[in-house]
Amino acid sequence: MAIIVDHVNYIYGQDTEQAVHALQDINLQIPDGQFIGIIGHTGSGKSTLVQHLNGLLKATSGSIYYNGQDIYDEGYNLKDLRSHVGLVFQYPEHQLFEVDVFSDVCFGPKNLGLSKKEVELRAFDALRQVGFPEELFYTSPFDLSGGQKRRVAIAGVLAMKPDVLILDEPTAGLDPKGREDILDMVKRLQQESGMTILLVSHSMDDVAEYVDRILVMDHGRVVFDDVPRQVFSHVEELEEMHLAAPQVTYILRDLKKAGIEVDENATTVDEAASTILQAFGKK
Amino acid sequence: MDIVKAKDLVFEYIRRDEEGNVEGISTAVDHVSLQVAQGDFVAILGHNGSGKSTLAKHLNAILYPTEGTVWVDGKDTSAEENLWTVRQNVGMVFQNPDNQIIGQVVEEDVGFGPENLGVPTKEIWERVEESLRAVGMYEHRKHSPNRLSGGQKQRVSIAGVLAMHPKCIVLDEPTAMLDPSGRREVIRAVRGLNDVEGITVILITHYMEEVIHADKIFVMDKGQLVMEGTPKEIFSRVERLKELRLDVPQVTLLAHELRKKGLPIPEGILERKELVEALRNLK
Ligand SMILES: Nc1ncnc2c1ncn2[C@@H]1O[C@H](COP(=O)(O)OP(=O)(O)OP(=O)(O)O)[C@@H](O)[C@H]1O
Ligand SMILES: Nc1ncnc2c1ncn2[C@@H]1O[C@H](COP(=O)(O)OP(=O)(O)O)[C@@H](O)[C@H]1O
Ligand SMILES: [Mg+2]
Ligand SMILES: [Mg+2]
Repeated sequence: MAIIVDHVNYIYGQDTEQAVHALQDINLQIPDGQFIGIIGHTGSGKSTLVQHLNGLLKATSGSIYYNGQDIYDEGYNLKDLRSHVGLVFQYPEHQLFEVDVFSDVCFGPKNLGLSKKEVELRAFDALRQVGFPEELFYTSPFDLSGGQKRRVAIAGVLAMKPDVLILDEPTAGLDPKGREDILDMVKRLQQESGMTILLVSHSMDDVAEYVDRILVMDHGRVVFDDVPRQVFSHVEELEEMHLAAPQVTYILRDLKKAGIEVDENATTVDEAASTILQAFGKK
Repeated sequence: MDIVKAKDLVFEYIRRDEEGNVEGISTAVDHVSLQVAQGDFVAILGHNGSGKSTLAKHLNAILYPTEGTVWVDGKDTSAEENLWTVRQNVGMVFQNPDNQIIGQVVEEDVGFGPENLGVPTKEIWERVEESLRAVGMYEHRKHSPNRLSGGQKQRVSIAGVLAMHPKCIVLDEPTAMLDPSGRREVIRAVRGLNDVEGITVILITHYMEEVIHADKIFVMDKGQLVMEGTPKEIFSRVERLKELRLDVPQVTLLAHELRKKGLPIPEGILERKELVEALRNLK
């Protein structure tokens, strides 16, 4: 089990008037190699939760174990944890600070104490993996378009070769092809290198398409924890939580209401197409 | 009458090193000519780095053409005497809801714009009220902005722009960081402004579903304008859009797949109810 979260609570500004109870009794088991999606309304606690998993925030109460070890133990090496659990922040511009794109991506691996050659090799690979144009390698990260900045931030974390990769809304601002490329790449990392992936996303369509398991957060709690098909069968509850089902799920529900016998819990375009074709006797 | 017109617009970003020597030039907008009629809802699509934001920044004189001309309501944006009218006629809303709100109270924030224009106090309050009502945020007028959800914050930003009484609003990825209901709220509010108040809307987005009701879509590729048409025209070219790193709405994609597999449904389906209707007619 890569990560265990045990009765974790987190309060921002404890002992102040503005105290916010951002995480309430979170319990999770995250096995190695799983691809997990996290969805929830803005302010539901997604970013707060993922920042606990690499030790950036410390739980107000409760414990977190990484590979069996309590990360709050005295003497536990949090810096080491951060190289194993890589986090791509929600706002990539907060993560970029070097003079040019290439140095920025080198920053993480350099801190791991690798040789210069290895560092540069990894940076080069990572930038290629996220589809960043080579002619922009030596421009300042501040002179990039929004989507280009996001790619650089993701490359910076990939270059650390983490065992667990956490992406906090990585596709916001990416063009459709970029969205697909990044998610395909992450899926490949999971399938080929057994990387554990946590993806925070506001795109129900993307989550349905890619992940094995979905955590739904609402006001600091995990309210559903299940496979996509099950989670998205709770359409009304999700809408009350400011979420939604994938677009195709709505179409299937409409068809079912119109008396066409389809599987109304399909969540991807492929599944939807096949159940509709079946209903029309074309298999 | 065209509210916005660009003729042979070229914009080059010039990159300089610390000593101020020119290191490189990138052409972000490359000979773009376009017209937007007063009262239209138009969308701009394009890959990351295709020049959308750069183009948008010309519409309220944040940037000036390197070559060519941009007119807003008939006035050349690069003539200094027009600066004030141009900025007043075209309001901008950006991606990040947290960077655009400065007031401590919602109504105060919305009042800043007209106050800076020197509008008399009584009229400021009238404008604040009508703008907040137009985006459905009037009940929150006394609240602190940092207590609002992302979608609510974006609607406050839009109200702030509305209070300046612009003829045109340019929204640069206003929903990129929002949860599903935030996105729905913002798009509904923007459509309302266009339908009810007749304000011209220029929406930049990477979410194809958000533009199916547009009067016209412009598509950019590497700084150039490469497609122009109604949503039906644009989204019936699935393969071409993929080449341009774009996509079609999920409904359109599903319809396209079903057609390919032999179900006789019409081309260019954009909405859920159209697809359901088409399938019902087959039964
Ligand atoms: N401040 C800047 N200095 C230098 N080059 C820039 C600057 N801002 C943008 N560019 C370059 O100009 C081109 C167009 O950028 P722009 O921000 O207009 O793209 P965009 O279409 O809005 O992209 P996105 O979808 O990622 O927001 C890109 O190649 C980008 O790298
Ligand atoms: N730095 C902070 N200081 C105080 N409160 C915060 C801070 N960051 C987040 N919060 C609050 O904690 C809650 C959870 O926020 P967050 O984890 O950012 O949610 P999400 O990522 O799901 O949008 C919200 O009520 C938010 O306002
Ligand atoms: Mg967040
Ligand atoms: Mg942009």
